Amino acid sequence: MDSTTGVALEAVTEKPRGSVLQRWWASKTMQRFRRNPLALTGALIVLAFIVTATIAPLITSPGRNCLRDLGLSAGTVSYAKNPTKAAFWKVMFTPPETCYAVPRVGFSPVPKSAAESNTLLGTTSRGYDIFYGLVWGTRTAFRIGVIVVGVSLIMGLLVGSVAAYFGGWVDSLLMRFTDVVIAVPALVLALVIVTVLGISINNLMIAIAIVSWPNYARVLRGDILQVKELEYVTSARALGRRAPGLIFKHILPNSIGPLVIIASLDIGSIVLTAAALSFLGLGAPIGYADWGQMISFAREWILGPPGQPLAYWYVSFWPGLIIVLFVLGWNLLGDAFRDVLDPRSA
Amino acid sequence: MFVFIIRRLSFLPLVFFGVTIFIVLLMQVLSPYQRAAAFAQTEMQARNLDAIIEQYGLDDPWYQQYGRWLNQVRQGNLGYSRTSSEPVLTTLRRRFPPTLELALFAILPVIGVGIWLGTAAALNRDKLIDQFTRVLSILGWSLPTFVLGIWLLVIFYGALGWFEPGRINAQNIISIAGEGSGFERYTGLMTLDALLNGRFDIFWDALRHLVLPVITLAVVSSAQIMRVMRSALLEILSQDYVRTARAKGLQESVVNHKHARRNALIPVITLSGFVLIGLVNGVVITETIFNYPGLGQWAAQAAINLDYAAILGFAVFTAILVVLANLLVDVLYAVVDPRIRYD
Repeated sequence: MDSTTGVALEAVTEKPRGSVLQRWWASKTMQRFRRNPLALTGALIVLAFIVTATIAPLITSPGRNCLRDLGLSAGTVSYAKNPTKAAFWKVMFTPPETCYAVPRVGFSPVPKSAAESNTLLGTTSRGYDIFYGLVWGTRTAFRIGVIVVGVSLIMGLLVGSVAAYFGGWVDSLLMRFTDVVIAVPALVLALVIVTVLGISINNLMIAIAIVSWPNYARVLRGDILQVKELEYVTSARALGRRAPGLIFKHILPNSIGPLVIIASLDIGSIVLTAAALSFLGLGAPIGYADWGQMISFAREWILGPPGQPLAYWYVSFWPGLIIVLFVLGWNLLGDAFRDVLDPRSA
Repeated sequence: MFVFIIRRLSFLPLVFFGVTIFIVLLMQVLSPYQRAAAFAQTEMQARNLDAIIEQYGLDDPWYQQYGRWLNQVRQGNLGYSRTSSEPVLTTLRRRFPPTLELALFAILPVIGVGIWLGTAAALNRDKLIDQFTRVLSILGWSLPTFVLGIWLLVIFYGALGWFEPGRINAQNIISIAGEGSGFERYTGLMTLDALLNGRFDIFWDALRHLVLPVITLAVVSSAQIMRVMRSALLEILSQDYVRTARAKGLQESVVNHKHARRNALIPVITLSGFVLIGLVNGVVITETIFNYPGLGQWAAQAAINLDYAAILGFAVFTAILVVLANLLVDVLYAVVDPRIRYD
């Protein structure tokens, strides 16, 4: 509670200077964050991935189906990289699904190195371009991460606030249900749900959302139980506020901040779970730009041809490296934020 | 304590019913035809799905289907797994020991390396070993199981040829197969059985096959334990009672190991519940990569084959296992820390 009163006092005694952004940048939290080299590294890595995802169409050459769906022909391919044309904006913001299909450079049954296939990082077996798959896979990763975090946050929000506000048997029922979901290892439960719903990227997202919400529900419930006892909530109730208004207007805004930060830092681990399921063959169809999918090709190419044991190294190295960097970035960032947010570590 | 254990055990039925009802409800999303298609074994059956729907009552309301399933389970029948072509219960029994063996071996480095390096790092704060440990833990923590497993295989199997995937060599599989070989499977743990049979060649072979999967499985968890051990020990080293112990002239090693380290283990025990869940998740991936014939590999195959009975059995089994293990962790917690009393 110290922190909230502290903020309140600061607001009274100190006149806010500069824009919201400037004040946020100069805040104690950010100062500590900026002095931490590991945190900065993490932030830079994540930023690099965000940039890659954004400019994916500019650094790759789209496949034939993607071009067709963008309404481009062989003569107008360059329109996709020209900001004055409509196709550029379309491929940047609402690319057709076919753009996520990794273009094939030939149909060779064995992987081809960068030099052999005339691509940046080489191709997997059956000619899928590794570079394209990884760059567009970054978009897939963020799409999965953001959607899943959003959906599971909403689910956690509903369950947590209803349980905390109503208490009694509603609380018991919802929390025991939460316990049950937490009791099953996430990957196993997600595996079950994908199997039942059918193998596809959307069902993969649904499955991960279903296994991720319980933590948010628990955290939020705890927060609300604390906030609920504060005087201003009692007075709002005394003034005749009904339950939904009380929850959404008075209680949630006070407990949601840290939860959103915790949840957004989970993007790393959510993408990892998605990649793991995809690796097992429970996510995107073959040829879809997705990291787990890309590295699952490596399973067939552990052994090189006789006499050249590491001939196919690029099939396992590049996708692996990208996934490790992504996880590393989010871990560093998450670690730094937990340190900063934890009042004891001051 | 007794009451606490009973109360926690009463959570088991809840997990059982919760998980199974959840899955059965989920399956109602599919049409009876879709569900029936999963039961079909032959071309002829696949053409006559109505017969299957009729036979298994897939058209009935979910609670009737669930009731029938419960009845089956009560008779010790968890259904038939198409993936392993045998009853689910038989597969669970056959494939659990290999997975247990893998997990038991993985716990050794997790505890050994994690606790030992964590302690060394905290005692030598900001010295070389601390920096080294920190880098190691960040790297280990960021290496997903499936990436690490593939990389290890490429290097140590593909390039160097030291360790093979699988559980034992093909020749050894033949040499211990059947009744005539004289190889008794007492426990199902290959290394232990080999020792009990006096077959040191097989023991050595099984051990070699375990190296890579164990490393793959243990790295992430070791890194977590290492971090927690380090920060817990650092916090405790600054406590008053540690200073008192030093002030009364005790030897440094006694202070560090008796007064500080034992107390620092408490948060580590708390974490071990999470580590266990991490191991179960990791087992599915690790066994798939290393072609290791355990529960995880079977579950991954079953999922791709839409083998509902197998998946349901596996989920229920792991959920119950995790609940029991967590209970054990909590009991251990009270044993280690006398301040904790469950009343």
